[in-house]
Amino acid sequence: MKRTTIICASVMALVAILLLPTVASADTMDAHGPTQLNSMGINSVWVIVAGVFVMFMQAGFAFLEIGFSRGKNAGTVVAKVLMNFSIAGIMYWAVGFALAFGAGNLWGHTGFFLHDFGDPQKAFPIMGLSDATVEAKWFFQFVFCAVSLAIVWGTTLERIKFGVYAIYAVIFSAVIYPVASHWVFGGGWLQSNLGMQDFAGSTAVHLIGATGALAVLLHLGPRRGKYGPDGRPRAIPGHNMPLFGLSIFILWFGWFGFNPGSTLNALDGRFTEVVVTTQLAACAGVLTAIATSRVLMKTIDIGMAGNGAIAALVAITAGSGYVVPWAAVVIGAVAGVLVVVAVLAIDKKLDDPVGALSAHGLAGIWGTLACGLFTNPALARYNAVGEAGLVYNGSFHQLGVQALGVAVVFAFVFVLSYVVFGVIKATYGLRVSAEEEDAGLDISEHGMYGYPEQFIPAPELIGVGSIQRPIGASAAPGLSPTGVPA
Amino acid sequence: MKLVVAYIRHEAFEPIRMELLELGFPSMSITEVKGSGRQKGITEQYRGSSLTNYLRPKIKIECVVASGDVQTIVDSILRHARTGSIGDGKIFVIPVEQSYRIRTGESGEETLQSHPDAAAAV
Repeated sequence: MKRTTIICASVMALVAILLLPTVASADTMDAHGPTQLNSMGINSVWVIVAGVFVMFMQAGFAFLEIGFSRGKNAGTVVAKVLMNFSIAGIMYWAVGFALAFGAGNLWGHTGFFLHDFGDPQKAFPIMGLSDATVEAKWFFQFVFCAVSLAIVWGTTLERIKFGVYAIYAVIFSAVIYPVASHWVFGGGWLQSNLGMQDFAGSTAVHLIGATGALAVLLHLGPRRGKYGPDGRPRAIPGHNMPLFGLSIFILWFGWFGFNPGSTLNALDGRFTEVVVTTQLAACAGVLTAIATSRVLMKTIDIGMAGNGAIAALVAITAGSGYVVPWAAVVIGAVAGVLVVVAVLAIDKKLDDPVGALSAHGLAGIWGTLACGLFTNPALARYNAVGEAGLVYNGSFHQLGVQALGVAVVFAFVFVLSYVVFGVIKATYGLRVSAEEEDAGLDISEHGMYGYPEQFIPAPELIGVGSIQRPIGASAAPGLSPTGVPA
Repeated sequence: MKLVVAYIRHEAFEPIRMELLELGFPSMSITEVKGSGRQKGITEQYRGSSLTNYLRPKIKIECVVASGDVQTIVDSILRHARTGSIGDGKIFVIPVEQSYRIRTGESGEETLQSHPDAAAAV
């Protein structure tokens, strides 16, 4: 009994000694004001957690494209997503973040290389409302840039040269995305002077990506065999619907970082309301996409159900911080119908294997315009951007601003991207040869297969070793056929 | 009656099938085969080591027709499968002794004829 007491006392003394430095530094923190430091910590944690969610969307885009490609073009997507994500990381650190969120009306000019930017409130004024650290905000905005870049390549599957990814990724993540997104949500003229509302980037992320996708597609042309001699589109089915389904859930999961994280602030609890609008829109989009598919195509198309979720999530991205739940349901429901109709219409002329133009482009435009219809007056005041939508105040003003913003961003990104891809086409080339396309990009661009057993006959895979005994034959003297000693 | 066996590139198949359908020869079987000939193998690189794959994928078409129709089939295949490069494939024509239509039990050349509406029905 007595011995136990002594042991307990020594352990507690040891713990006290270990805790001493912690308590001491807590005193130093107090000197700087505990409330402010706590909120900085909490908000930074939220922004980083949300950023990691959005980073995981890269896996979503990879599986979405893999699922919608044929098996001979599955492996190349992995290499592409890894390379694009990494190029964007370096470029956004060096140049992109400063152009997108630095101080300035046409483009930012503070914070290159995250170096020597001085007072963060002055260097990155638009994000000054949140006290999360600049590093947290950089990471969060970088993963947005990476999402936008990933969207560009949805239209190019199964026929583009690998090097094109690298060239355009540098220009896109250093100049095109940062400047255009600066105008929309980085404190540029569309947002600050006109009051354009785009909470998390229906235009700034999704439409920019889809516009790049349109520009490259116009130069690239359809996959071989997509259009018959009569010009009618033919199905080129993707090889893995289950992987596609996984990608939809990964993207949906990531969107809970994408929209709610754009509050950049955990303390006011606003982000939980954004979770609700995001979820409701996605649900509505899935259901209307399934219904539209059943009506127009006489079947419940698996890919369309997933496209419905993505289109609805893209559409609610702009409004997620500006609208109340009932409006989120309407925005998502319209997006679900829109995406099915658009995929069917676009497929007649343009070969967009994953439906990026519909799910990210048209749904992004719809979502941005929807702010002009449904933005709640109280939330417009809370975010201090623009005014209420048409259904609340009967004014077309906000809708006009949204439409102007969409048009400006589309024109800027399209012209720049069309020129860049035109130059790439004239110098390096955009498209692999017909033979390489038939063989598949896995073997022609990477010299290896995503699914080797499908392409290399089993006898050759087993190789040239000495002849093996069949399984179950006597392996060695004294062993029974099952391998157990006799 | 003759059996026409052709080994061709994958991409040549669809034009051949469409033309034979129009000419009234919808009946054929195809197999996806792997084989080797004069064409070089494909070398796969995998984490620093390589594996050369000598057998390349081809489509094998089998089509039994009346002796008088053999040249039509062969011409169609020659027209669409030829690129001029090594690896275009081969055609073999083999005599056939007898044929039966299982559904009716009838035998002989009339079993080879497609239904008069076959082409239009597609």
